[in-house]
Amino acid sequence: MKALLIAESRQGKLLPGSYETLAFAEKIGAEAAMFLVGSESDMPHFDGRLYLAESADVGEYNPEETLRLLLEVIDKESPQLIVLSHSSYGWDLAPRIALALQVGQISEVVDYQGDAMVVPACNSKLRRVVQAQSEVTVVTLQAGAFSLVDEPTGVPTVEKLSAQAETKVEFIGYEEAEEGGVDLSKAEVIVSAGRGIGKPENLAIVEALAKVLGGEYGASRPVVDSDWAEHSRQVGTTGQTVAPKLYIACGISGAIQHLAGMKKSEFIVAINTDRDAPIGEVADVLVVADLKQFLPALTARLEE
Amino acid sequence: MKILICIKQVPDMESRFKLNDAGTWYSDQDLAGRMNEYDEFAVEQAIQLREQLGEAEVVVLSVGSDRVKETMKKALAMGADRGVHIQDDASYEKDPFQIASVIAAYAGDQNFDVVFTGMQSQDRGSAQVGVLLAGLLGMPAVTTIVGFDCDGDQITVKRELEGGLKLVAKLPFPALFTCQLGLNTPRYPTLPNIMKAKRKELVSLPVTDLLKAEALTTTAETRFPEKKGGGLILEGDVDELTGQLIAILKDKTAVIK
Ligand SMILES: Cc1cc2nc3c(=O)[nH]c(=O)nc-3n(C[C@H](O)[C@H](O)[C@H](O)COP(=O)(O)OP(=O)(O)OC[C@H]3O[C@@H](n4cnc5c(N)ncnc54)[C@H](O)[C@@H]3O)c2cc1C
Ligand SMILES: Nc1ncnc2c1ncn2[C@@H]1O[C@H](COP(=O)(O)O)[C@@H](O)[C@H]1O
Repeated sequence: MKALLIAESRQGKLLPGSYETLAFAEKIGAEAAMFLVGSESDMPHFDGRLYLAESADVGEYNPEETLRLLLEVIDKESPQLIVLSHSSYGWDLAPRIALALQVGQISEVVDYQGDAMVVPACNSKLRRVVQAQSEVTVVTLQAGAFSLVDEPTGVPTVEKLSAQAETKVEFIGYEEAEEGGVDLSKAEVIVSAGRGIGKPENLAIVEALAKVLGGEYGASRPVVDSDWAEHSRQVGTTGQTVAPKLYIACGISGAIQHLAGMKKSEFIVAINTDRDAPIGEVADVLVVADLKQFLPALTARLEE
Repeated sequence: MKILICIKQVPDMESRFKLNDAGTWYSDQDLAGRMNEYDEFAVEQAIQLREQLGEAEVVVLSVGSDRVKETMKKALAMGADRGVHIQDDASYEKDPFQIASVIAAYAGDQNFDVVFTGMQSQDRGSAQVGVLLAGLLGMPAVTTIVGFDCDGDQITVKRELEGGLKLVAKLPFPALFTCQLGLNTPRYPTLPNIMKAKRKELVSLPVTDLLKAEALTTTAETRFPEKKGGGLILEGDVDELTGQLIAILKDKTAVIK
């Protein structure tokens, strides 16, 4: 089995997800070549062929040209599997490859079963086993589902690709996350509010519990998107990554993007009305209760 | 200017799921349907664009059984002008390529200037249909947008990357955008608009006329995940629960003495 792994680079830096594609290839025992639009100054450590196009030539966001280069490489390599991260880079590029080759794509792979892939469905409440019906398959990997056991080593054999910058989509620039706000990474206790709080007024009961525990309050994305809490309080892939001594998730279902930001916490408590909420997968204790009753009761008892 | 929005009906993710008889997907028999969360942002952006441009037609499209018309009515009540329902009782068996092909077969000769889709569906979560559709329609696609600004024939969008970083890009019409959470604030349909939506055009077309593509992926099985974690589940009376939890926290963490 031959796999073409698509590494990622941004602003001149190789992104760590690139090694997850390598871990996946190792795990399934595929022979791997890599493709990267990036820079010679930060190449992935691995022993194998690396097809490299300079991002200075391609541009920071140029899926059309990236696809053109990839098709050249695919023609040479004839891989059966084309592997990307399920990231903003991967989910943008993968369907373009699948369509150009007229082959199937399987998104957000967490495991495999024979030659079928296992993917989550319905906010991780279900698993779906997906079988490609084409000779070649494009897969994207869920962040964190596969990782290398050892530090990556090795030096790739580089084959340079020459690129053109032409595109219909003009890259204007990057916008960094706003500075300032709360630094959740310093808090020993974080009590986070999710959509389950129902209305902004209920943030007060989450805040009160955080206060009595000497911690900070955090939030899931919908709470921030609704402007009920500031962005610096958001925990998850597009917010902060935290690992406090105690994390209490209140009315948070436990979507993968939220879990990625808090699952390394030392002790995790979840308060949720849904006994099957996927937050249960990482919680040390899941309290099945309505947060509107439970949180004030807990705070009152702790105050005593 | 013609604007297309693609929406999908999905169950509430808090539902208790049961599998269908074939064991290939969930059974939607007892589940209430709602609009895929990501698609609400797509609908809102389309309506805001029409409000800005003055003259534009917003068409909302959905592939699915007759039930999805309920969700389409919400989009009409939010302000879409008319609906195209592609009737397919087995849409859940179609792969993203087939869904995109069906939509493209309908939209191919209609000259849409802008297409909005969600970045992913909450149940399937493939994040493919939008990008595939753009490819089939020969339009550029920008995924995961959290900002949209139209000035003359130029559109400036913000793509969300990881860790709070965004990428700003500019492109002309026609184009397709896949919408991420937080792109805007989707409006609630008002009662008069719900009434008005009842009189808006909503046609149903049989999927068989539009489906030509074979599936490139199929579902072999759907199942519940193995319970890992092994965490403790506490249920019962609130007062007892608070006591139990405090005892556990005292025992297992150093945060309460
Ligand atoms: C690319 C990308 C990046 C993302 N980044 C992030 C991120 O950084 N952070 C993030 O959080 N999300 C992120 N998301 C969104 C994520 O996928 C989920 O949509 C989000 O985490 C859901 O938030 P929630 O759990 O608060 O809401 P929901 O999923 O709606 O869950 C609400 C929960 O509250 C429970 N509940 C309801 N009422 C009560 C009650 N009275 N008492 C107790 N429990 C109750 C429900 O059972 C449910 O489990 C991202 C998504 C994408 C696609
Ligand atoms: N059955 C459908 N009918 C209409 N649009 C759909 C359908 N399925 C998916 N889409 C659109 O494609 C987006 C991505 O879906 P998916 O590729 O399933 O994650 C959704 O947010 C919708 O905008």
